[in-house]
Amino acid sequence: MMPDLGKYADAVLSSYAVSLVLLMVLVWLSVRRSKRIKAQLQDIEMKVKRNG
Amino acid sequence: MNLNALWAYANPKKFIQTTEKVLPWVSVLAVVSLIVGLVWGFFFTPDDYRQGSTVKIIYLHVPSALMAINVWLMMLVTSLIWIVRRHHVSALAARAAAPIGAVMTVIALATGAIWGQPMWGTWWAWDPRLTSFLILFLFYLGYMALWEAIDNDDTAADLTSILCLVGSVFALLSRYAVNFWNQGLHQGASLSLDKEENVADVFWYPLLVCIAGFVLLFIALVLLRTRTEIRARRMRALLARERMG
Amino acid sequence: MIALLIRDLRLAMRAGGGFGLGLAFFLIVVTLVPFGVGPQSDLLARIASGILWLGALLSCLLSLDRILALDWEDGSLDLLATAPLPMEAIVTIKALAHWLTTGLPLVLAAPVFGLLLSLPAPGYMPLVVSLLLGTPALSVIGTFGAALTVGLKRGGLLLSLLVLPLYVPILIFGAEMARRGVDGLDYTTPLLMLAGITCGTIALLPFASAAVLKVNLR
Repeated sequence: MMPDLGKYADAVLSSYAVSLVLLMVLVWLSVRRSKRIKAQLQDIEMKVKRNG
Repeated sequence: MNLNALWAYANPKKFIQTTEKVLPWVSVLAVVSLIVGLVWGFFFTPDDYRQGSTVKIIYLHVPSALMAINVWLMMLVTSLIWIVRRHHVSALAARAAAPIGAVMTVIALATGAIWGQPMWGTWWAWDPRLTSFLILFLFYLGYMALWEAIDNDDTAADLTSILCLVGSVFALLSRYAVNFWNQGLHQGASLSLDKEENVADVFWYPLLVCIAGFVLLFIALVLLRTRTEIRARRMRALLARERMG
Repeated sequence: MIALLIRDLRLAMRAGGGFGLGLAFFLIVVTLVPFGVGPQSDLLARIASGILWLGALLSCLLSLDRILALDWEDGSLDLLATAPLPMEAIVTIKALAHWLTTGLPLVLAAPVFGLLLSLPAPGYMPLVVSLLLGTPALSVIGTFGAALTVGLKRGGLLLSLLVLPLYVPILIFGAEMARRGVDGLDYTTPLLMLAGITCGTIALLPFASAAVLKVNLR
């Protein structure tokens, strides 16, 4: 299944690894912040509703 | 189609409602096309007769480089919309896009360095394109730092959009200055309309899929992050009101 | 306008105004370079023009936050904003004052420092001319950066991050011109490019700086 990458295997694999890791980190951070802000906003909106 | 209808999406509530429906589809499409493109490129394309298997790096390098520039262009457009029409969503979208652009620039630089090592015999050369990307990265850093530094949302939006405008002019100037300063190792445009000259079909189709994947991924991330920024902004407003009352 | 210029110049000259600080920093950079790269004069001669340009750029950067910060703190910037003078003119005067107190002394000192770095004889003329053409643009761009960060408490580092990428084209053409002068090559092209960028910057950037300052004074 794995294609024969010849002598450049390190270069190809490492560039795929670096890029995928970076993209994954970016997606993960975005999703995490989105969730956190959403929850916080809900909290505050509840509080505001109760007070006002 | 009535173009004016587009402005309706500048309403934060409308934006949130619409993207709620759109976002899952875009995300799925992005993931699918990225997987298809990268798997196709990685497993089912032949080696280049000169570059060997390193040609497979093209499926990451070219799309990320393309996005690094296009994200800045998108920020330029949204900044202009903010300056002219003062739609908050527009300014927040620019803010949301900047980190994505920065990551794309890093990917382009990193894959370029890894590719350059076997091909040119060096990780880094002061080649015009490499240098301009490094400068572009600095611009992204400055832009994001300015957003973070200013507390007032509207002030921050105003200042960063002006910075984006001025920065675009200077980034363009740097691009040509750098060209003048050093002749490069890069091949000419590896991606243009007369693509037959440079990239053979076997490499071209998976590359197109990968580019589509990167674009879709960018759209999905921008929508997600803009939603976050809108909510964060609303939260700050509510908190401020709470403290006042 | 003249009164404002004179006032700014006088403030800068006074102790604590930072006048001479840039020059001293320039001298320090020039002194430190041989420690870093070794004292061989042929090596120094090769890199002298680049070092002088970099030193000038950095010492210019050093005094940027003073352009507007003092006036911001004591509120005179608000007064200036309500004055009949357009904001663009104020910003231009500020940049001019900064250039007269920082850029011009650097240009004048550069040949002396070139001596220290054993700059080859044909390099002096293009070096001074390129600095003379380039430093005004550095001041104008710096004023833009200072206007962006004026409201921030710790704007100094951010200011450098914002301004340095904008300096790139000027540094490239300026240093290229000086280098070609050293090598005895024709330097008309970088000269014209540098002059063009400087003129364009001086003509257009004050509008951006004024807009930014208005936002910050809101």
